[in-house]
Amino acid sequence: MIAYPRWKIALVAIVLILGIFLALPNLFGEESALQLARDRAAVVDADRTAVEQVLKDKGLTPTGAFLEQGRLTLRFASTQDQLKARDLINEARPNQFTIALSKASRVPEWMRNLGLSPMKLGLDLRGGVYLVYQVDVQGAVKQLLDHHEQDFRASLRNARVPYQDVQVDYPTTRVRVLFRDADSAAKGKAAILADSRNLTLNETTVDGAPALQLNLTPQEIKERQDSAVQQNIVILRNRLNSPELAVSEPQVAREGLDRISIQLPGLQNSAEVKKILGKTATLEFRMVDESNNPLEAVSTGRVPLGSKLYYTRDKQPVLLKREVVVTGDQLTDASFQPNSQEGPAVAVGLDSRGAAKMLKNTQENLGHLMAVVFIDRSREKNAEGVVVDRTTEEVINRATIRGVFSNNFTITGVNPIEGRELALLLRAGGLAAPITPIQERAIGPSLGQDNIDKGVHAMVFGMLAAFIFMAVYYKVFGLIADLTLVANVVLLIALLSLLGGVALTLPGIAAVVLTVGMAVDANILIYERIREELRNGVSPRAAITAGFDRAFSAIADSNVTAFIAGLVLWLFGAGPVRGFAVVLMLGIITSMFTAVMGSRALVQVIYGGRRKVDRLSI
Amino acid sequence: MEFFHKVTRFPFMNTRKVWYGLSALLIVASIGLVVIRGLNLGVDFTGGVVVDTNFPQAPNIEALRAVLIKSGVANGQVQAFGSSRDIRVRLPPDPNAKGDQIGAHILQIFETVSPGVKLQSTEVVGPQVGQELFVKGGWALFATLVLILIYVLFRFTLKLACGAILAVLHDPICVVGFFALSQMTFDLTAIAAILAVIGYSLNDTVIVFDRIRERARTARKITIAQVIDESINQTLSRTIMTKLVTLLVVLALLFFGGETLHAFSAALVIGILAGTYSSIYISAALALDFGLQTDDLLERKLSKPEEVDGLP
Repeated sequence: MIAYPRWKIALVAIVLILGIFLALPNLFGEESALQLARDRAAVVDADRTAVEQVLKDKGLTPTGAFLEQGRLTLRFASTQDQLKARDLINEARPNQFTIALSKASRVPEWMRNLGLSPMKLGLDLRGGVYLVYQVDVQGAVKQLLDHHEQDFRASLRNARVPYQDVQVDYPTTRVRVLFRDADSAAKGKAAILADSRNLTLNETTVDGAPALQLNLTPQEIKERQDSAVQQNIVILRNRLNSPELAVSEPQVAREGLDRISIQLPGLQNSAEVKKILGKTATLEFRMVDESNNPLEAVSTGRVPLGSKLYYTRDKQPVLLKREVVVTGDQLTDASFQPNSQEGPAVAVGLDSRGAAKMLKNTQENLGHLMAVVFIDRSREKNAEGVVVDRTTEEVINRATIRGVFSNNFTITGVNPIEGRELALLLRAGGLAAPITPIQERAIGPSLGQDNIDKGVHAMVFGMLAAFIFMAVYYKVFGLIADLTLVANVVLLIALLSLLGGVALTLPGIAAVVLTVGMAVDANILIYERIREELRNGVSPRAAITAGFDRAFSAIADSNVTAFIAGLVLWLFGAGPVRGFAVVLMLGIITSMFTAVMGSRALVQVIYGGRRKVDRLSI
Repeated sequence: MEFFHKVTRFPFMNTRKVWYGLSALLIVASIGLVVIRGLNLGVDFTGGVVVDTNFPQAPNIEALRAVLIKSGVANGQVQAFGSSRDIRVRLPPDPNAKGDQIGAHILQIFETVSPGVKLQSTEVVGPQVGQELFVKGGWALFATLVLILIYVLFRFTLKLACGAILAVLHDPICVVGFFALSQMTFDLTAIAAILAVIGYSLNDTVIVFDRIRERARTARKITIAQVIDESINQTLSRTIMTKLVTLLVVLALLFFGGETLHAFSAALVIGILAGTYSSIYISAALALDFGLQTDDLLERKLSKPEEVDGLP
């Protein structure tokens, strides 16, 4: 037998040891835990000691505690302890932290510090809620057109250019500005281009009158749709990570062109989260039209030019100027203040553009009334099951401008629940396009455990059957194969633990089982080849070499085809099926390694040292 | 222990018309079953709502149906899945259904019958998603077949590749036929299993082809049909042993994996059986009928000399 190079044996040994080390964290299991987060600030070491002291005073010691990404995780021996601890912390430090119930691994601290962690479990094994949202990308394009319309109006107004109308046509993605004469059309074009430089405005005529036209190119439309999905992902992530919701480890990912999937492990009731996720509440600041009587406008049905009719919470009509001083997307920060002097309030911060406008406005309108309009857009299904967008616009507050201010101020007139929600929504930003839930899966925690048990059972029985069969049928070589099978599973678990982004699902466990079957395959190919060589009268050593060498191309070919299937599945699949595909592909790689290199190394160790090999136990 | 001590001498090529006939019968029967009985499509394809509940004692399903209808949930399908204590309610797609509410609503209704009932899981799939997943599944099947065809083409010859793909195509058809026959729920995991089967069933075919190529290069005095026969016979023990062990493992999945993996493992079992059959009886035979010559395999050797030996 041509000696198998020592470095290859060493490589196999090193990979195995590394694999065992990486797979080790999975042995510790999980226990109930609390995750403490703080509104817009990281939880620090001092908080950890303080919280631990609070618990210690009541005779409760967490089994483990660690800080990660500004969140404090406390582990407890039982669910009762976990719930008791939550109440104790809330009692001792009211409103300081938001506390989420979750589960954490029992991995010792030194392992965690080395960056070792157990495999992530998918929702079907852990319990939780899986949501898929459809992003209305058409809506995003509409928003862009509306934006242009408003900008055009503002530019023309500021430059005092007379115009007839600005029209938006959604189906043809076109904005038209109509003028009375060519002179104002030319001035209008200059005014618009001065404000928005990168636009291409075409000159046309509509019904004999001059007009300017803006067409969105397919490229622009696609970019807009793309950015809307990306932006929505960021915003949804912000909303989910805000302490008001207290969700542990939410995952938001793009799914195809216009979908977003959200995984919320451990969550049982999705109603509240869905309410927050789908919301597009925002604010607008407008000046009150004090020169006209709103009641008159209501009774005559004629709203004065340049004003718009609104209602307050208690159904009082208000006339507000059409120009918006500042919109919600110019807010940089918002926090809820439950106990301000004037009742619940939301403190807001403005970006530089907003601040400049607000400064100018308050300087010019000192002593006049400014209103805050609360805009809540929601998608609902009406009685016929048709999706309609409903927009509620309410004046929540009117106040006299008593001083000049720019970037920081508070808004009063909100109720406590609303204030909290508004602060969250304003801080996370508005959705770039409306979203609708199209798929939802909720898995209870007991079902998750049940799935784990079943998966593990199937794996154990399946492997046992393969083990016994191999040992009986191929004797010593069968035992070698059994060892490589164990090594294969260990390496697979190690890879899954290492790759944090891949979660193990129930189909994933099935893939592990299937890979065991396929790893056996490779071993059988080699052993049958060796037997064949022996039957042809080749010496045992030569038979081993020939068996391993000649079987390789068949093993490689057959694994490539299975890998292709896994790859396609990964590209097309969604949810748990994707977990299956990933494990299948990883398993093919580990099984190739263990069956070809691993078992060859073992054979070398067993038979290589002997002077003479008369017969093989195969 | 050894089941195949002597190399078998089955005349696969001479009897190939019989096996073609059997395959044709299987395919026609499968398609016929799908057309006549249809597939029991899972909620991920049809859209709709599935609510899984767990009762402390096995409930009377008729009573549950009655109480659902009484509470205004008229179009609910109630069935036990897995054990008699696990009850699944399936509802057609409803534009007004809201996932978080429907589960709680059904739980409430069931609680009037049995107070200890627990909600296990809820799944809501919009109708357009279901449709899309179905189309996507079809595309995935197609893409896999094309990619594998390209790979086999690259590794072997056109005639062998066509034989392999036609033989492989036979396997998913049989699996789908089985689902139509058994009326087992055909869901996304079943598609995953079919894809895995396609990749995996090609294993055998590739191994047989590998041997055919190897034999064709060494034995020149015999006809190509004899080469194929010898190759299949020589690899027969491997083919059957490997599939036997994989079947053992997959049967463990079928019996212990629980309801969620039922369709998946069943598809794997049928697929592996069909795959083994088609790679022994069909793939090489088809290549022969496509006019495979010993020369087709030799050319390859000249352009690509002895790649096998260079590998570990």
